[in-house]
Amino acid sequence: MSEPSPAVDEPTVLESFQQNGFSRRTFLKFCAATASLLALPAAEAAVLAENLATKPRPTVIYLSFQECTGCLESLTRSFSPTLEHLIFNVVSLAYNDTLQAAAGESAEAAREDAMRKAWGKYVLVVDGAIPRPLDGAYCVVGGKSALASLQHVAEGAAAVIAVGTCAAFGGLPLANPNPTGAVAVQDLVRDKPVINLSGCPPIPEIITGSVVYLLSFGVPELDEHRRPKVFFGNTIHDRCYRRPFYDKGLFATSFDDEGARNGWCLYELGCKGPTTYNSCATMKWNGGTSFPIESGHGCLGCSEPGFWDRGDFYHPLSTGRWGSGMGEKLAVAAVAGAVLGGAAAVAGRQRQKARNDASTQHPDHPEAK
Amino acid sequence: MDLLTFARGPALQWALVIFVVGTIWRLIGILLLPRKPDFNEPRSTHPWRGALGLIVRRTVPKREFAGPTAFGNTIGYVFHFGLAIVVFGFVPHILFIRSLTGLHWPGLPSGVIYVVGALTLAALVAALVRRLSHPVLRLLSNADDYLSWLVTAAPVLTGLMAAAHWGGPYPRLLAIHVLSVCVLLAWLPFGKLMHVFLVFVARGTTGALFARKGAST
Repeated sequence: MSEPSPAVDEPTVLESFQQNGFSRRTFLKFCAATASLLALPAAEAAVLAENLATKPRPTVIYLSFQECTGCLESLTRSFSPTLEHLIFNVVSLAYNDTLQAAAGESAEAAREDAMRKAWGKYVLVVDGAIPRPLDGAYCVVGGKSALASLQHVAEGAAAVIAVGTCAAFGGLPLANPNPTGAVAVQDLVRDKPVINLSGCPPIPEIITGSVVYLLSFGVPELDEHRRPKVFFGNTIHDRCYRRPFYDKGLFATSFDDEGARNGWCLYELGCKGPTTYNSCATMKWNGGTSFPIESGHGCLGCSEPGFWDRGDFYHPLSTGRWGSGMGEKLAVAAVAGAVLGGAAAVAGRQRQKARNDASTQHPDHPEAK
Repeated sequence: MDLLTFARGPALQWALVIFVVGTIWRLIGILLLPRKPDFNEPRSTHPWRGALGLIVRRTVPKREFAGPTAFGNTIGYVFHFGLAIVVFGFVPHILFIRSLTGLHWPGLPSGVIYVVGALTLAALVAALVRRLSHPVLRLLSNADDYLSWLVTAAPVLTGLMAAAHWGGPYPRLLAIHVLSVCVLLAWLPFGKLMHVFLVFVARGTTGALFARKGAST
């Protein structure tokens, strides 16, 4: 991919910090915190600082489609780096229809202008799924369908970041019966690197950290769902503070029993932490305050593809998905087995009787004489 | 539908249906077979006691053969008890049984299950090696023996792999584990694995017969 790059005459990230009254020391603290967030080795942290010091701020265009704005709400609660740090010092946010002051045609004109200046080099962030039928008529912004906007803006992007499960995997708009024919960003953008930051919403520091990583080092190592391994490399279960209780076989069996009060594992209550790859258990939310499991509710698996259609939120992962009428099916199976067994026994008796009859008719048999 | 949803849903449902049909078919087919009338005076009026006694006694090796059969008996004990502990002691498995039957009981710590699972797999491998290397056993073995070994060992192996996250993302490993259990359930009634049930029928029948005749068991 082309490296994410700035609009013309953009200051470097370090210069931007200094222009806003921050010292070099503050800049280095920011780099250290970001490197820590990204779990970079010490040597890489220095490279991160060097890259951010010399690279100009890249242009970022943030498009919102079929979404609830929860992802952006999440982003505004990023603590390290903060959203303010990100958009004032690290990136040049050229378009976001919720955060920007401009509105209407002037906002669209600003976006076109930013795209033209950084064509082929800007980063596109997409939030929300995209409906495809009827030329995308189910989601129209500024007189232009989400489908057309995405195709147009992605054409000049160096990389695309799909923020949230809706953008990454279709999320709730794509859930059955998917009335608008929604699809994920990666279903439409095939010729650019797509980085999925799934979650409903995603952890804010994952969004900001991924943007900084993209700026400093390019596209990070991704998993099979195109999610950065640094954030999505482990299951929530593996990093969960309740994991020792799972290992000891101690489980909460209801949301208000002794086990729940003692903080025991929520597996029996349907927690999907074992099959969900995300950093909730380590990075947590609101500056490391808590995450759903810590608040007493099992993980729903919101950062995995198809999580809503999979449902099953309150059944343990190891149970079958029996659906309705499984008892009846097994009863019918038992009756069918009994009928087959009875028929086999009758056939066996008839064969034995035939053998006995043949044996008694043998000339050597005492009864035949 | 992703692989795990398929494994936990339709695959498991069909496997259970096949398991129930096959097991009841074979059990009833065998239990309803005609028996030769025995006109002798019974020596014992407690055939059930004889049946239960033989079921228990035959699980203990005869002292006379203890030496030559020690290895086979040991690995047999390890993987049979190991399988029982893993299947009935691991909490996720208990939850599976509870979702089907409503029955549940306290589970064992995961660490114990992992160790027992590893020992069980090692014993199963040893049993296979013995079967392949022992000339008489090899001669007696047929495809059913090897298939039964495979469908028994596969859930243990895939379960350990899933627990260790070895070989891919956990949802895929869990789906493969569940699918391997589906294969086991579907095959169990039709091969030698049916001894899970028939061992009690066979020993019980023999024990009752011996008790009636007053024979030593």
